[in-house]
Amino acid sequence: MKILTRNVGQPNPAHIDSYLVNEGYMALPRVLREMSPEDVIDEIKISRLRGRGGAGFPAGMKWDFASRDRRTPKHIICNADEGEPGTFKDRVIIEYDPHALLEGMAIAGYAVGATRGFIYIRGEYPEGARILERAIRQAEARSFLGRNILNSGFDFVITVHRGAGAYICGEETALIESLEGKRGQSRIRPPFPVNVGYRNLPTVVNNVETLANVAPIILRGGSWYAGIGIAECPGTKLFSISGNVEKPGVYELPMGVPLRELIFEHAGGITGGRNFKAAFPGGASSGCLDASELDVRMDFNSLAAAGTMLGSGAVVVLDETADMVKAACVFTRFFEHESCGKCTPCREGVYWVRQIMENILQGRGSEADLDLLLDICDSIRTTSFCGLGEASVNPIVSTIKKFRDEYLAYIHAGSQERTALGEAS
Amino acid sequence: MSADVTLEDVREELEREPEEVLDLAPVYRIIESHREMKGMLIPILQEVQQVYGYVPEEAANLAADLMGIYRSQVFGVLTFYTQFHLTPRGRHIIRACSGTACHVRGGKTVINRLETVLGIGHGETTEDRFASFEKVACLGACGLAPVIMIDNDAHGQLDPLKTDRIIEALKEMDSMRRAD
Repeated sequence: MKILTRNVGQPNPAHIDSYLVNEGYMALPRVLREMSPEDVIDEIKISRLRGRGGAGFPAGMKWDFASRDRRTPKHIICNADEGEPGTFKDRVIIEYDPHALLEGMAIAGYAVGATRGFIYIRGEYPEGARILERAIRQAEARSFLGRNILNSGFDFVITVHRGAGAYICGEETALIESLEGKRGQSRIRPPFPVNVGYRNLPTVVNNVETLANVAPIILRGGSWYAGIGIAECPGTKLFSISGNVEKPGVYELPMGVPLRELIFEHAGGITGGRNFKAAFPGGASSGCLDASELDVRMDFNSLAAAGTMLGSGAVVVLDETADMVKAACVFTRFFEHESCGKCTPCREGVYWVRQIMENILQGRGSEADLDLLLDICDSIRTTSFCGLGEASVNPIVSTIKKFRDEYLAYIHAGSQERTALGEAS
Repeated sequence: MSADVTLEDVREELEREPEEVLDLAPVYRIIESHREMKGMLIPILQEVQQVYGYVPEEAANLAADLMGIYRSQVFGVLTFYTQFHLTPRGRHIIRACSGTACHVRGGKTVINRLETVLGIGHGETTEDRFASFEKVACLGACGLAPVIMIDNDAHGQLDPLKTDRIIEALKEMDSMRRAD
């Protein structure tokens, strides 16, 4: 079933005329003419659409909270700061179906009473930003955006904001800080952005993929959507699959598709006919799964039950030749670099984790280091200010748990070498 | 007793090329075009960088003064985001992905080759200003791993040999453009 990628493969897919051919901008007029804001929110609640950015929060509930706050002006922010390593699915919507995103944003604006929208797109997607700006102009020319949309009296203006290179800005409160012209450092939650967001006013922050689901839900009804995939988190999901697979790319599949099916049926299996070793199912922030867990279902709840997370649906696959200690260290270097520096556990803790990891890789580690790593990781996870620090330890903890022998191999090889050199080990 | 200033010093002083005076008119123009200035700091600095290729200190200070905010605030923002640069950069920006998907597909060999061919490391610019090189976290093109970006174009499924060819082609294009 194709909902989000229905227009991919059409000639000139990003143009408004191509979008209009396939039921484009049919939901927005219906919303403006036949539905109250409450009706729209109810429909999204019935669909049980959950946020596609990683946290999986029910979208209808988020809109409801913002709509109940009486302070104005309210804002809709589309989080297009797709920075999670291994994720490239929002890029597909932005480049091939930008109008689906714009229509979803306008409907969200009507539902919560917002008149202004921002798309915060990462600086690494300059082409995407140009496509979105072109699409906004096309939509304004046909009165699907701007002042007095389709003579309904509803105003909604969208501005594209280009990020300047900071992973942390994918975190919604850091994104808002950045949008206000500041360093992208997270804010304490609560209060949540639905009440105290952009310029301390009610703000809905939704992921690109979440918003692209909105127009189809309005057209076909919330109960249609709720029937796709699995009951607790229905719909289709865009999976970005990369690493050692034959056909890396973005696949739209029903929520809850087994990992095995995703890798072996859709992504063509492991490169060069080698064996599967591990996969990170939700990008760098997720704990890894090993070969015994290939039948896990890819949805928020099943992956949480397996001790990891769906996140943005970025599946990084590693084959039998992969070095898990090195892979975990690559992730850690990334988090060390991207820590915003606001809180000590993340700024200092991740730095020390990386030092210990490199010691181990260089043969200077000991078995006690593994306990030390787990201890530091536990402190980082429980005391970090925001999700970046919290999630940064997942690759380390999961690889120590599932691939301890690989760590021990580095440690033992190092100590043997030292013994041979006559050093005390 | 030797003179404080020798004839040699004077000659050197005369031969030194006059320091380029930075034209700050574009900064005034950019600030003026953002009438609603609150919160527009990042787009303003991005436009400044577009003009100069980097954000010169004088331009950053002027922007702060015109916006009525502390210079330290502007400096704080400039140093927080990786895409702002405080020193002149090469004519071409080469970004190599060091993300995990690229790593498991041999990204390291591509990065090593780039560093060898260009003779510079992360964050550096070649002496002739041909190119700047950066290792970046993830370019969001993991399906093409290992991947690099040259200016705004992505080049995927690379190996050291293909990397050589791409850099050679870039050098050729660069020298042709400079000859024009």
